Amino acid sequence: MLTSNKILSVGAACLGGLLALSPAPAKAWEPSHPIEIIVPAGTGGGADQMARTMQGIITKHSLTKQPVVVINKSGGAGGEGFLDVKNSKGNDHKLIITLSNLFTTPMATGIPVNWKDLTPVAMMALDEFVLWVNAEKPYKTAKEFVDAIKAAPDNSFKMGGTGSKQEDQIITVALQKAIGKKMIYIPQAGGGAVAVQLVGNHVDSTVNNPIEAVAHWRGGKLRPLCVFDSKPMPYKDVVADGKSWADIPTCKSAGLDVEYLMLRGFFMGPGVKKEAVNYYVELFKKVRETPEWKKLMSDGAFNTTFMTGDEYAKWVANAEKTHEGLMREAGFLAKSN
Amino acid sequence: MFDDLGNLMYGFSVVLQPHNILLMVVGIVLGVIVGVLPGLGGANGVAILLPLTFSMSPTSAIIMLSCIYWGALFGGAITSILFNIPGEPWSVATTFDGYPMAQQGRAGEALTAAFTSSFVGALFAVIMITLVAPLVASFALRFGPAEIFSVYFLAFCSFVGLSKEPPFKTIAAMMLGFGLGAVGLDQVTGQLRLTFGFETLLGGFDFLIAVIGLFGIGEILLTMEEGLSFRGKSAKISLAVVIKTWKELPRYWLLSLRSCLIGCWMGISPAGATPASFMSYGIAKRISKRGHNFGKGEIEGVVAPETAAHAAGTAALLPMLALGVPGSPTAAVLLGGLLIWGLQPGPLLFVEQTEFVWGLIASMYMGNIVGLIVVLTCVPLFAAILRVPFSVIAPIILVLCAIGAYTVNNNSFDVVMMLVFGIAGYFMKKTNYPMAPMVLAIVLGDKAEESFRQSLLGSQGSLGVFFSNALVSTVMTLGLIALFWPLISRAMDLVLRRGSAARA
Repeated sequence: MLTSNKILSVGAACLGGLLALSPAPAKAWEPSHPIEIIVPAGTGGGADQMARTMQGIITKHSLTKQPVVVINKSGGAGGEGFLDVKNSKGNDHKLIITLSNLFTTPMATGIPVNWKDLTPVAMMALDEFVLWVNAEKPYKTAKEFVDAIKAAPDNSFKMGGTGSKQEDQIITVALQKAIGKKMIYIPQAGGGAVAVQLVGNHVDSTVNNPIEAVAHWRGGKLRPLCVFDSKPMPYKDVVADGKSWADIPTCKSAGLDVEYLMLRGFFMGPGVKKEAVNYYVELFKKVRETPEWKKLMSDGAFNTTFMTGDEYAKWVANAEKTHEGLMREAGFLAKSN
Repeated sequence: MFDDLGNLMYGFSVVLQPHNILLMVVGIVLGVIVGVLPGLGGANGVAILLPLTFSMSPTSAIIMLSCIYWGALFGGAITSILFNIPGEPWSVATTFDGYPMAQQGRAGEALTAAFTSSFVGALFAVIMITLVAPLVASFALRFGPAEIFSVYFLAFCSFVGLSKEPPFKTIAAMMLGFGLGAVGLDQVTGQLRLTFGFETLLGGFDFLIAVIGLFGIGEILLTMEEGLSFRGKSAKISLAVVIKTWKELPRYWLLSLRSCLIGCWMGISPAGATPASFMSYGIAKRISKRGHNFGKGEIEGVVAPETAAHAAGTAALLPMLALGVPGSPTAAVLLGGLLIWGLQPGPLLFVEQTEFVWGLIASMYMGNIVGLIVVLTCVPLFAAILRVPFSVIAPIILVLCAIGAYTVNNNSFDVVMMLVFGIAGYFMKKTNYPMAPMVLAIVLGDKAEESFRQSLLGSQGSLGVFFSNALVSTVMTLGLIALFWPLISRAMDLVLRRGSAARA
């Protein structure tokens, strides 16, 4: 029963791809088959959580007539998912939610995918990065921590992060440059595991997203030092220690001129109908108005910038350039590039 | 402590509401179906059904979802025993003795033993969670990369010297497994390995594809060669077999206790259920008086891995709730569910969401009891499947395997890979290469490698990190003892014999 449903939905989605080639009807475009959301990462990560929350919101508020199916294609640092969407030309029922691996995976591995192969739909939010240390450690501010790193020889401090040659390591390399000392970078499979390694004192610091570490902050185990953004986060509700997200200073104010935000946005395959893209933009606008979405945003202290169309494409083009620069500087580009 | 008990009682009162009991039964049945279909597995099942639960209260939803999880755990044993196809990684060790038992017409016995052991393991772990939850969470925090590697090391070592096949063949099979496990993205450097430019290899070889092929398809090919012989004829199909097996099981209390402890320990340390099942099987084989008979249909060989796997699977839920790190893919999807209901896993969950946490723990007790009743009453039904002529059931299994292989990653290339593994499995059987070490290496090889390299990154290349504190040194030493046990026991024999010879 379960399998057959799933196969039906997958089959239906394929059929959707075929039907899309036929001329579009005159009335407003509506999905005629289940909508697939591809997650180019494993279950339980930030992108997966966001996709599944959206699936829940859309189902609960009946925002579409067709069901939404979330599929994880995490192989090759997400390359598998991006290739799948790239190869789904004209499929109006397949979307992909991206994280920074949209840029980093092709650059680091040479997998032949570029965002220009895809159709940008909308930016849902930007994910912040915060510098965390264990609350048992004496460092109360980013400056104290940086001074400690500076005072010690190279490779005395361990930084934990998600994956290799991805956002966490990019930030680490930028930090090293700003501080002028090397750190040991230890890659883990997922953000939750990274935070736990810090709680267990197996690494000295992490750059976890707020949502990955907030539980441990509230539990008194971790301490945020600074946020890698141009301005502090806007959420003023007290989270822990009488502090809110808004009370975390920017890293720049602490003398660490490093900024990084991660895209949480949607793309579709090439050659999809304009009406379909518009339909999903309107759908996402409705999602953004729901209380569940607002709660997710404030829980994870997301930057809620919403962009569509040319503005979004421009932002992505800029972000690609930034990543290329950062990756080149760090020596992370694949040899074939 | 008394607060906790009061909370637990309150949890029971929540769980025992009629609609929650109904959800529990529905969850268990769905879970068993999900578990029986190879490849669909608990993670996919829970993911597909997750949206159904958004309209329920979080407590009802988690009751239903965790029951799907229990059901899938129970269900995984069914195909392992009946058809030699493990639906989940931790059911692999169950096939070693479960399937031979089924071939001898003792399927009912094997199923009863498996279900009962699962229940015992899970119950033991839940009781532990109830009593020592805070301690457990802080113990889990002591596991850094080196500690995690030591646990994998122990799992490999307690399994490696076991094989009846020549050591050279065991090592060859294991190395092949390591090689296959290395295909895909290397987590530590972020580079692709051994993909040779094939996009289909980006994701590497999924363990489930390998197992469905090696065990399931390989077995079908062998049976076909033997002229579709009809082995299940003598399968007894009465509930009496349940009672009969139950009479026998208390004899293995020590084995069960040991397996429970192994399971809980492996579940809390983030290694999880798969190494627990292999390790428990390996140790049981060494210690048991009937160890030489393991692999030929020994009931102890079913009890040991099933108990440990379920103790581990259950114990792993605790770090998930307390630390927010999922112990298995299924747990990861459950974790996603928690976030959608606005529950933030972490140390404060136990303080802020008392109703939810104790509801969940109570549902672990109840879910397992309900699950045991449901699956045990179905034992005759499951065993009766073996009475269907093989020529009828084989095509059905083949189709289910193909669907399962496809469902793992929604990738049709995986179906081809499954067939390739099937043919490889057939030849391995024919040439007496053991498949278990290969499977173990595919499942755990890349994880062990990852934690090994993470440790060395941290220590700047010094191997001393594996003996840097009491915890990691103890586990590593246990691993070394397990690895060289055949030599050690021979040396001890020699010394003892010489001693007695001298006396005479």
